Amino acid sequence: MTDQVWIEATLTSSRAQAVAALLRYFRNLDIAEEAYQEACLRALRNWTSKGPPRDPVAWLIMVGRNATLDNKRKTSRVVAMPDEAQISDLEDVETPMAERLDDSQYRDDVLRLLFVCCHPDLPATQQIPLALRIVSGLSVKQIARAFLLSETAMEQRITRAKAKIAEAGVPFETPGQVERTERLAVVMQMIYLVFNEGYSAGPKDDTRADLAEEAIRLGRLLLRMFPAEPEAMGLLALMLLQHARQAARFDANGEAVLMEDQDRELWRPKLIQEGIALIDKAMRHQRTGVYLVQAAIAALHTRASRFADTDWAGIDALYATLERLQPSPVVTLNRAVAVSKTKGPQAALDMIEPLGERLSSYFHYHGAKGGLLLMLDRRREARESFDRAIALANTAAEAAHIRMHIDRLIAESETSACA
Amino acid sequence: MMYAVLCYNNEEMVCGWTKEQDDAVMAQLSNVHDKWERAGKLKPSIRLLPTSAATTLHKQKDMIFDGPYAETKEALLGFYIIDVTGLGEGLAFARELAAANPGGAYELRPIQLYLPGAPINGAYASTREYAVDKAAAE
Repeated sequence: MTDQVWIEATLTSSRAQAVAALLRYFRNLDIAEEAYQEACLRALRNWTSKGPPRDPVAWLIMVGRNATLDNKRKTSRVVAMPDEAQISDLEDVETPMAERLDDSQYRDDVLRLLFVCCHPDLPATQQIPLALRIVSGLSVKQIARAFLLSETAMEQRITRAKAKIAEAGVPFETPGQVERTERLAVVMQMIYLVFNEGYSAGPKDDTRADLAEEAIRLGRLLLRMFPAEPEAMGLLALMLLQHARQAARFDANGEAVLMEDQDRELWRPKLIQEGIALIDKAMRHQRTGVYLVQAAIAALHTRASRFADTDWAGIDALYATLERLQPSPVVTLNRAVAVSKTKGPQAALDMIEPLGERLSSYFHYHGAKGGLLLMLDRRREARESFDRAIALANTAAEAAHIRMHIDRLIAESETSACA
Repeated sequence: MMYAVLCYNNEEMVCGWTKEQDDAVMAQLSNVHDKWERAGKLKPSIRLLPTSAATTLHKQKDMIFDGPYAETKEALLGFYIIDVTGLGEGLAFARELAAANPGGAYELRPIQLYLPGAPINGAYASTREYAVDKAAAE
């Protein structure tokens, strides 16, 4: 690995912690970001010639802070701080800095930074871009491309979000235990939203698909900060297990491939192993949470070497737990899929029909209902459901998948008409 | 002489590699592996899952912690490779070891990749004599 690649990878992996600490110093997102940018510029110059510092995160925080204070001093003609070329060699300058920022300090800093980005005053459409900009350091251009917006529109959206946060005030006091847990829940939800942006992207939409990996990186960061939190393990496991199937989820024409038809050889065993190991660890805590249960469901899917071997009864039981933890028509809809395997399509249809009103504008409801009706050979009704589904499809892949069913129904009705 | 070569790197960075980057590094490494394995010098090698997947059993207190073993006072003295049904059985093994040899801790880290390498011959390949069998014979 070249120095340049190493430096860039180090800057990427240090970003969240460094920006988070700088935010605590300056109490302003823009200044913290600028300070970090300045530190990165100096790192690129300095690390190439002098080699990497012992603790890159502490180096970036200190240089970012000093450069910013220095600029303020210059304007007020005060003596400058020693420059970072000296700092990186002086262990005794770096050491107290690293020690002062012990793990718990980093943890609250990073949690605050993430929490600020998903401030309850911000709608989700602003939370995700803001987190990607501030925490992940993606450029406005990259984010705009992922959300199919113009750069200017995205820039405005991020600026508005920052202004709203400045108005609302960032919580700088060290959070208590209850507050920490509440923040953690909000942050986990935001990370999962980022993941889903990537997960739901089509195969030709690389920019958005990368968001799934970014969310996994954030999930790892969070788990490193909260190593004993079973839901943080569950969230990371869930994302790893879903992402493991990525390469098998679309065919060469970009059409969605159902789990049933996926080439399981394309699933990534390393991610699956890590996901399962995390679930195994989390289970020991005997505290069930929504991410952990969903991860366990994903794990049961990946554990089957053939679709026919899937443990549907186990999946049904896990969805029942999820229904209890987080009652929602979408969860019931998913459970019905498992029920259709264990008790047949009629039982599943009975389960989802009462959801019709609440899920009337939900693509998957009509898709699933069409599938069940087709299994029961109620073709005319199946066609109606598929027609509604296709009108509600969110992605080209979803539409293509339903189209295939409709085309097959049309072809079959023509064949029977000719006969 | 046999050595264990312990691999250290910035985990946050390595975990952040894309699949392509990771594959590229592994491909470069496998050139080195192949050369030394063909010479019969590279024995089993292992890539571990991240420390976030680790669980630690503190032996004397019989306390289980999430995460890697963080104390720096104690040194790494050796390791076992076990093939078990899951963390529960792994901990059961570690507890039996703890009863036989108290003090310190066992860190259980899932293995991501296991390469068997060249066979082990000579002085290190001690002939197996199971303590359990010996006790039964006496």
